[in-house]
Parts: sequence; C-alpha cells; structure tokens
Amino acid sequence: MVSGMLTARSPLDLKAAELDLASAAVGAGERQIELVVPEIHCAGCIARIERALTTLPDVTEARVNLSTRRVRVRWRSATPPPVLETLAGLGFSAHAADVDRLAADPARSELLRALAVAGFAAINIMLLSVSVWSGADVETRQIFHWLSALIALPTLVYSGRVFFRSAWQALRRGRTNMDVPISIGVITAFALSLYETITHGPHAYFDAAVTLLFFLLIGRTLDQLMRERARSAVQGLARLAARGATIITADGEHIYRPIAAIRPGMRLLIAAGERAPVNAHVLSGASDADVSLLTGESASIKIGPGDDLFAGALNLSGPLTVEATSSAEDSFLAEMMRMMEAAEAGPSLYRCIADRAALLYAPVVHLTALATLIGWWSLGGDFHHAVTVAVAVLIITCPCALGLAVPMVHVAAARRLFAQGIMVKDGAALERLAEIDTILFDKTGTLTLPEPVLVSRHVSDAKASQIAAALAAHSIHPYARAIARTEPRVALPFETIKEQAGAGVQARLDGALYRLGRSAWASGAADGDEDAVVLTRDGAVIARFAFNAALRPDAGAAIQQLKFDGYTVEIISGDHVAPVENLARTLDLAAQARVTPGDKADYIARRTASGGKVLMVGDGLNDGPALMAAHVSMAPASAADVGRNAADFVFLREGLMAVPEAIHTARRAAQLVHQNMGLAILYNIIAVPIAIAGYVTPLIAAIAMSGSSILVVANALRIGGGKGAA
Amino acid sequence: MSFFFLIPIALLMGLAGLVAFLWALKSGQYEDLDGAAVRILIEDETPTRDEPAPPGNTRS
Repeated sequence: MVSGMLTARSPLDLKAAELDLASAAVGAGERQIELVVPEIHCAGCIARIERALTTLPDVTEARVNLSTRRVRVRWRSATPPPVLETLAGLGFSAHAADVDRLAADPARSELLRALAVAGFAAINIMLLSVSVWSGADVETRQIFHWLSALIALPTLVYSGRVFFRSAWQALRRGRTNMDVPISIGVITAFALSLYETITHGPHAYFDAAVTLLFFLLIGRTLDQLMRERARSAVQGLARLAARGATIITADGEHIYRPIAAIRPGMRLLIAAGERAPVNAHVLSGASDADVSLLTGESASIKIGPGDDLFAGALNLSGPLTVEATSSAEDSFLAEMMRMMEAAEAGPSLYRCIADRAALLYAPVVHLTALATLIGWWSLGGDFHHAVTVAVAVLIITCPCALGLAVPMVHVAAARRLFAQGIMVKDGAALERLAEIDTILFDKTGTLTLPEPVLVSRHVSDAKASQIAAALAAHSIHPYARAIARTEPRVALPFETIKEQAGAGVQARLDGALYRLGRSAWASGAADGDEDAVVLTRDGAVIARFAFNAALRPDAGAAIQQLKFDGYTVEIISGDHVAPVENLARTLDLAAQARVTPGDKADYIARRTASGGKVLMVGDGLNDGPALMAAHVSMAPASAADVGRNAADFVFLREGLMAVPEAIHTARRAAQLVHQNMGLAILYNIIAVPIAIAGYVTPLIAAIAMSGSSILVVANALRIGGGKGAA
Repeated sequence: MSFFFLIPIALLMGLAGLVAFLWALKSGQYEDLDGAAVRILIEDETPTRDEPAPPGNTRS
C-alpha cells in the first residue's frame, strides 16, 4: 500500500480525534458537534442523514438544518461515533464547524422579538386610531387614547431600544447617525401624545410613533437576515486551515493535539493531504508541497530533509516528519492576521451613505422644528399650539423613508447577487463597490483555477489510458487526481503499488513495471518539460499528459467587460515572472510579479493615497493584507479561510463574470439609493410646509408616512428586474 | 357600551398571537425554515415507540 500509512495513525483515529477536538460538552455526559455538510439540498438528504446517524451506537440526537446546511450530532461516549465516515458512506463530505462560532447570533432573535412586539402594537393602536379618526365622541376618544398610550409605552421601551441604543452610542462618541433623528422623532411624538391625552386634547400620535418603529424594524430585520445568510454560506465552504496536528512524543507515540498546544521544537507528522499547522523544518521524508495559497506560486515545490515549510503549505505526496520552528501564534498565518489588522483601518473609516445623509438631515430637520416653534410662539403667543405644530414637523419629517430607503435597496440587491452565487458581507460593501475605479487581480487561484487542468493527453492505446487512471487513483497529488478523472474507475490487479514522494506512483501489472510521474523519474531520461507527466512500461513512454493552470471560465470576457466599462485593471501576483507575464500577455493587462504580501498592501495604500478606489480580487493567504487594505475586496469560494473572511464579497461560481456582475448590481443599487433619497427629499418638500402651516393631523401624518415608505420600498424592489441578469 | 367587552377581547387575542409567536421563536421553530418546508415530504419509516405501525405500511 501507500508507504505513508505505515507510520501515520490510521485515518479513522485521526478523524475521531479531530471530531473530539471540535465538539463541545453539553452536560449529562453528552458531547455535541456541528458539522457543515454543503451538499444537503432536499428532503431525501435530510431523511437519509438523520436515519443513518441516529442508528449509530451512542448517538442520542442528529438533526439536519437545511437552511444552514448543517448537522447537529449529540453522543454519549468517550470516543466520538464514526459520524464523518457514515456521512461519507452516504456520499456527503462534511467538516466540523468552528466551536467558537457555535453560539447562535443573538441579534437576530432580538430583532425578531422587537419586530413582533412592534407589529402587535401597531395593529392594535391603528385599530383604535381609525375609530377616533372616523369620529368617536369625546369620552370614547379619551378611553381609546389612554388604551393606545398603555400599549405604546412598553412597545417603545422594548422595540425602540434597538434604535435608542445605537443613537446613544453615536451621541456619546460625539457623532450622529440615522438613529438619532429617528429616536428624537419617536420620543417627542409619544411625549406630545401623552400630554395631549392628559389634557384631553383631540390629537394623539401614538399610531405614528409605533408604526414608524414597526416599518423601520422590518428594514433592520431583513438586513440582518441577509447578512446572516451570507455569513453562514461563506462559513459553509470547505475549511482549509489545520485544526490540530499529530505530535510525535519523545517515546515515539503519536497523539493528535490542537494547534494551540504546539511549541517550537516539537516533532510533528504531516501526512499527505494535510496542511502544515505551524512553520516547520523538515527532518525526514520527501514530498511535494503546494504553497499557492501562501505565495501565489502555481507550481508545486519539492520538499526534502533540511527544507523549511511555512504554516498553511499543503503536503501533497508523502508523509513528512518535521520539527516545529514556531508556535501557532508566531506562524506565517498569524503574521498575515496581524498585517490584516493593521490594514483594516482603511475601510472601517468609511461612513455609509445613510449616516452621511443623517449628518445633513438631522440638523436641518431639528432647526426647522425649532424655527417653527419660535415662529408660532412669537406670532400667536400660544405656547401650547406652537409646541404642537413643532412636534408635528418633527413627526412628519421623521426619516421613515430615509431609514427604509437604503436597507431595502441593499437587501434586494443582496438577494439578487445571492441568486447569482455571490455573497455580500454587508450593505456598506455594496456602496463601496459602486465607487471603485481600479481593479487588481491576484493570479494563482483567482484569474486561474485553483486546480491544474489537463491540457493535452497522448496515449498509445485505451489500455494505457486505463492503467494511467487506475495508477493515478493511488495518489492525492492534484495532477494524479486530474488523470484519475479521465477514465471511469476500474480496479486493476496491481502488485506492489508504491508512491515515490516527489516523483510519482509505480506498480507491477502482468509482470511489467509501470511508472506514472515526472518524466525524468519514470523514463529515466531527462525530458526538459518539468511539468509533464508520463506513463512508462518498463521504461518506455506509453502515455504523456501536460498540465497547465487554466484560466477561469469567462476570465477573458470578464476582463474585456471591465476594461470596456472604463476600469483600470492590473495583475498583482506573488508567482514567478514567466507565468505572470504569459497570463498578462493573454489578457492584455499590466502585471507585477513576485510581490510580497506586505508590498501588495503597500501598493494599494499608495493608490488609495493618490485618490484611487481599489477593488482587490484575491484568494490566497498572501492576499489577506491586500484584501483588507483595498477599498472593497472579493474572493472566490476556493480562497483560504483568511482571505474569504477578509473579503467583502465571495463568489461561489467558477467563472470570473461574477466580478463585473457584482459591480453592475452595486452600481444599480447605488442609483436606486440615490433615487430613494431624492424621493424622501421630495416628500419632505411637500410635507414640511403643510406641517409648518399647522395643518397636519394624526390622520395626515399616518397617510404621508405610510405612503412614502411604500414608495421607497417599491422603488427598491425594482432591482430584482432590470437588465443584466445572468 | 359593548366595547368594554370587545376591546379587551380584541387585545387579548392579539396578545395571544404575540405570545404564541415569541414561544415559537424561543423553541427554535424559526431556526430552519427551509427544512421545515420539506420535512413534510419525508416518509416515516420507523414507527413511533408507543404505537405499532399499522400493518401494510412498513418498509425497511
């Protein structure tokens, strides 16, 4: 068998140890784990998974969540049951969700509860108000006003705190946001209505205050649900970083421990297919390493004793015994994280358009109300009437339409992008994407596909092709996997199959020695083409395969589109000069090669300093700081964890058309937001003079506010149609 | 003055709806809306513990 199996623990033990690390105790001797299973998509999947898992010994509960594509499993034993193996047997690949992300986000249920309470209150108060408006006698009106006040007060306290809290936080820091005028409007409306009710006045605005909260909470809740959905979709993608590592103790024992427990000087075993958990120095073994996520280099590199391995490098062909040279906190990965934190200052300074509008809006509205108060008081001298009119101005200008205008457009745009396989982290990212003028692409894994593609295949006969595929199935090297996919899997009676790390696979069949791998090793003669893979029978070449890092589908069309739209497009890569220049020539783009992660971020910082707004599209660990430094960032689903979490947008499809499509939708959203702002201003231009003149009754206020809200929501939904749909 | 009865009744009914929603939210019924929609399609193959499955309706 493959030589690596002799020294490593059996993969079964390893998976159990990993599950144990990822699980959490839930009391009563039970442990629980959440598994991400991206392929769950129907009732059949739910039934198969739950049935298979609950019949396992020790499993007390298995519950599939179709919305989040997750499975929650509880068991009652010291060692975890074979959950992953059972799922694999059913044809589902799964990985453990992070323990620290297990806790559900409390923001969603808080918003939903606040929304439910506000909805209940709005409906009941509106019912009472309609009776008052249709002409209730004084006594009935008084009872109805008191009932409304009774319902409105707890609602304001419970549902309103979402806005009050945010407004207070902004005020305390000496800033203002949209929640400040909202809070002032709602509170003054309630206070005036209460005063009117106590003094037996005819007009009370309880309905306005509570309906306003209800409408605005709808916008907030949809916004929150959108962000949550995008986040769980991004987290559901395959996990790339190592969670633990196999440590070799002084007496030769192998134990699986969490990464945090690794100290410099410890000896570790890295099996083929695992990523190096920390920076390490190779003691023994020979293999290839894929460092494309670290440096952007597309070709794998040979690794042998004495070489250094960075954390995150993927060990491709043979087991390696290494000595850790850093702990997890000092590894390459942690260094990238620190650089990203330093770079983060850029986008966090961005203030979303609603807050910028509030900056103008709040003083104008509040000054108008104050001027109305002073005007009426000095003219008529009736202070009570002056206050009533001034508060009516505040209520009618309360930015319901503004508060709803922006989130509704963002939610509609995010839904549209979601349907196209593009996740948006939040609404502000959409605003920033609409502003960019420069687009920088990473090369490896972004412009090109993460896996090498078989570009040419010369086989002498069908038998050779079959043997090549069957031999290739014994290796996990990306080249071998691509060859194995060329033929349906058949088991040939090979003898003495052996993987020669860094070279290829060899086996005996019907007395002949077959070798599949690097040409120099397989045929015994130097070939010149380092990237070619050949199959030899007793040293004679009978098949030849050539590989290339293939462009993503539509890469050419996407770049053309972006250039046509007037963006400056460049390549910035950590790979060697030759492959970068090749690609740059194909796509007709300016390019920089061998750029370090720090220099990428610096380059973006320089462009930003000279007034540019940069979109960075990248996938690797080495792109992390650049993704953070850029005005807005995008990453493919195949990106490293760090890159995916740093990016504002993540696209799930293979094609690169996602980039121009996302920009198109973002620009359309920006257009609609501006239209909505215009509508809100137009509404105010009409409504404010009526309010200042003192003609606004609670009925008029309710009609005006509901009308303007429906108008901006309807306008926001227009983004769902329109041209440019994929 | 019939609304002395009708209004409390209307309010209590609304309140009952609100309480029912909050309870459903708390007991996790809004955790997986997509799943709830398709679970109706899953056939019960194992009989519940208390009552034996009706004859002719068992598959294995």
